[in-house]
Amino acid sequence: MNKYIERIYNGVVKENPTFILMLGMCPTLAVSTSTMNGIGMGISTTAVLILSNVIISALRKIIPDEVRLPAYIVIVATLVTITELLIEAYIPALYDALGIYIPLIVVNCIILGRAEAYANKNTVGLAAFDGIGMGLGFTGALAIVGFLRELLGAGTVFGHNILPKGVEPIGIFVKAPGAFLVLAIVIMVLNALNIENRGKDMVNGCDGCCANCAKAKKDCGKEGAA
Amino acid sequence: MNSLVMIIVGCALINNVVLNQFLGICSFLGVSKQMKASASLGGAVIFVLTIASAVASLLYDYILKPFDLDYMKTIVFILVIAALVQIVEMFLKKTSPGLYKALGIYLPLITTNCAVLGVALTNVQDEYNFIESVFAGFGTALGYTIAIVLLAGVRGRIDESSIPKPLRGAPVVLLSAALMSIAFMGFGGL
Repeated sequence: MNKYIERIYNGVVKENPTFILMLGMCPTLAVSTSTMNGIGMGISTTAVLILSNVIISALRKIIPDEVRLPAYIVIVATLVTITELLIEAYIPALYDALGIYIPLIVVNCIILGRAEAYANKNTVGLAAFDGIGMGLGFTGALAIVGFLRELLGAGTVFGHNILPKGVEPIGIFVKAPGAFLVLAIVIMVLNALNIENRGKDMVNGCDGCCANCAKAKKDCGKEGAA
Repeated sequence: MNSLVMIIVGCALINNVVLNQFLGICSFLGVSKQMKASASLGGAVIFVLTIASAVASLLYDYILKPFDLDYMKTIVFILVIAALVQIVEMFLKKTSPGLYKALGIYLPLITTNCAVLGVALTNVQDEYNFIESVFAGFGTALGYTIAIVLLAGVRGRIDESSIPKPLRGAPVVLLSAALMSIAFMGFGGL
């Protein structure tokens, strides 16, 4: 049982996908305008991640190595389409708020990254818990970033106004630049606290998203040397 | 004609793909370290994004829509884009080694660049026709190139300055991106 709890701890704290691994930055920046949007995105991604981890782990002995990436992409894209249709049907408000970023879960580095790094080497149970852990870590991180931006930019918490009269919120934090600002501050704090993170890798060389990471990285080394 | 120019300006400057919509952040932050690499990647993105928007638009108008397969668009687009990038890579390798050398290594990176899928999906959402989609793809890629080349220029300067230790690396790059994003917000008034 311990192994399973370790997976969750690993996803939430030790290898938090957003704050430590710095993966899936596009949705983190784009939809974290409020706490609820962040949580909605986090849960949608978590659902896809758990299911994709389970399916890929279950099929890991069947999928030939050479065509594994296209196979993973089809699996993930199918799950994302199902999720999108469900959200559209049952939570239309969230569907409108997240818009195009729901189908873009397909290209979220975290999902293919976990498939490559974990799910295709481990048992179904462990892969499921890995998905839960990573998903919780991602959801938590999005909620934190969303909370900060909502509080600073709109002066609200979960949509309730908490600012005293006469205090103006700093509108820029809910606009596009605010996302970069908040992320910069978060990484700065991590650096100042000496918490090891992949922020440096993110801005040095081709830390490309992500299916072709290995290939891209190799080729980029060549370019750097040339 | 006028509306096509508006689409390009809108996609490249007003709704800049990186600074306003946060698509393609990974390569934007990663590759902008070197000016030359940034320009090459920008070229590759323009090339692929324009072709991908054209193909995606044709697929949607003539296959997905008539057969009522609208819900399949995410799956179809991502596979077509992945295949397309492979074909473009092979084609360039064979026919134009010079161009391949300049763009080649960045092509695989683009498959999973969310900007490509993002543009294909936005074009469908905005109900652009074939010509408009091609222009939107080109405009978006142009915006990406402008943003990454500008950031590369800024980072050239940053490398030569002394910066407080916690800010070194990612934070200072993100702060530069934030300032650029503020500047690009000014285009919203156009």
